[in-house]
Amino acid sequence: MRWIGVALLAASFVLPPFLAGDFYVNLGSQILIASIFALSLNLLVGFGGMTSLGHASYLGVAAYISALLTSRYGFGHGAAAIISMAGTTATAAFFGIIALRATGLGFLMITLALSQVLWGLAYRMSNVTNGDNGIAGLSRPMPFGISLDSATSFYWFALGVASIAFVMITMFVSSSFGSSLKGVRDQPRRMAALGFNPWMIRWIAFIYAGFWGGVSGLLYVYYNKYIHPTSLSITSSAEALLGVIAGGSGTLGGPVAGAALVLLLKNYASAYVERWNMLLGLVFLFIVLVMPAGIVPGFSRLLTGRRK
Amino acid sequence: MSLSNSNHALEIVNLNKAFGGLVVTQSISLAIRPGERRLIIGPNGAGKTTLFNQISGDLRPTSGQIRLFGTDVTYIAPYKRAHFGLSRTYQIITLFTGDTLEHNVTLGLLGLLPSRWQMWRPLSFYGNLATEARRVLDTVGLLHLASHPVSDIAYGEKRRVELAMALAQKPRVLLLDEPLAGLSNTERSTVKSLIAAIPRETTVIMIEHDMDTALDLAETVTLLNYGRVIVDGDRDAVIADERTREVYLGA
Repeated sequence: MRWIGVALLAASFVLPPFLAGDFYVNLGSQILIASIFALSLNLLVGFGGMTSLGHASYLGVAAYISALLTSRYGFGHGAAAIISMAGTTATAAFFGIIALRATGLGFLMITLALSQVLWGLAYRMSNVTNGDNGIAGLSRPMPFGISLDSATSFYWFALGVASIAFVMITMFVSSSFGSSLKGVRDQPRRMAALGFNPWMIRWIAFIYAGFWGGVSGLLYVYYNKYIHPTSLSITSSAEALLGVIAGGSGTLGGPVAGAALVLLLKNYASAYVERWNMLLGLVFLFIVLVMPAGIVPGFSRLLTGRRK
Repeated sequence: MSLSNSNHALEIVNLNKAFGGLVVTQSISLAIRPGERRLIIGPNGAGKTTLFNQISGDLRPTSGQIRLFGTDVTYIAPYKRAHFGLSRTYQIITLFTGDTLEHNVTLGLLGLLPSRWQMWRPLSFYGNLATEARRVLDTVGLLHLASHPVSDIAYGEKRRVELAMALAQKPRVLLLDEPLAGLSNTERSTVKSLIAAIPRETTVIMIEHDMDTALDLAETVTLLNYGRVIVDGDRDAVIADERTREVYLGA
């Protein structure tokens, strides 16, 4: 029974390129990118108890650095990727030092403020970022000489990176350190009394989340071949947070389900309803009322309940 | 510095703590020998838990000094004190309710080990931690509940998990904040014998209201009132003291 579920899930990720047209394959790629982004945010929100409203910072910083280096300074994609990941991780380390002075609502407001600073810079520093015009005309990398320009080849690339991200994040939260992180989320005072350093544990998790946020940012800019300040905006952060909470924060499958939900609504509903955000709001309300823990925990409870 | 004082497990010198105008700790000085069993008593609001919170580092004193085995820890972070051999339990039960008893005690063990920073191996890789956690749970008589979540067990059992978490760390100094609070008579005698069985390598400092039980465990007693030490000394002398009767036992 369990294996049938796993096989179905694997099939739903592997089959689209064989069965569906480019539109759906591209949608799949976007879902994979958003999943990595949501998974990284979930490290903070679900496993660390640190609700951030500024996670788009890391997506945006990675995307902008890569875009600038490849388009303006003539860097190759490999070097640009390494530099942009280093830059993003350093940004996360620096922002973490500031944001982790607070917890709870204070933390949320600081992360929001920091990401707004970056958003403002992307808009106003137009001599560097090209402001509201964004940076266009970018190219996709060619890992091992394989072109990623077709929808299908990019999908496989995104699926590979997303799988690595999923495995790495799963290992991280199942490790001793993951237990420390969850302990600090639940009882920080007790954890300190037991010999754990709550601040350091939160900070490391914050940096790790920033790193994977940066990975999703690289994929994002490769996919779109374009970057605009809206990627750094509060909307971008909030959409991911909505996905994490709707899918089930603190679970491994939740962020993937949530990201898929948000993107499907965005792509389908916006074709019929102009105000698709309203529909997203209603769906979110429905989830909160019916399955307060999120889609994934909600459905798994339904299934186990029926078996009993 | 004051290395000559290192023959004390815990030494508190002229400790003061005030929240604005409210003075909760007033020039408290205590010296507790290694292996001693010290009972701290006093009416509600006497500043007993506040004193514990300063020893464990959750609260920063306004002035004064706290030394653990001769080392000044007054301004050291709580987690570092744990590595000096200090452990505590809480008056208000503070456990990881969603996790199993075994996991709770494992966290107690993990807190003092370098492997708490391990980021890729699963926690289950450290099988010896689980074995040790189960052994400690066995000593407090909860082995049969080891794989149940804390939210499933009874209040009295939670008190024993509090104790097990602290004991797992094999502390040099153990602070017990009302370990008998809210327990039934049978549970009291169980916990009493558990505390009595703590090895002498551990110095035990205990806050407790239940005199009948606690006095049997104590060698020395400190009476606090309004944040001050009123009487301090051997058990029998403190009980016999007139001020003790006046403040605490008499009414």
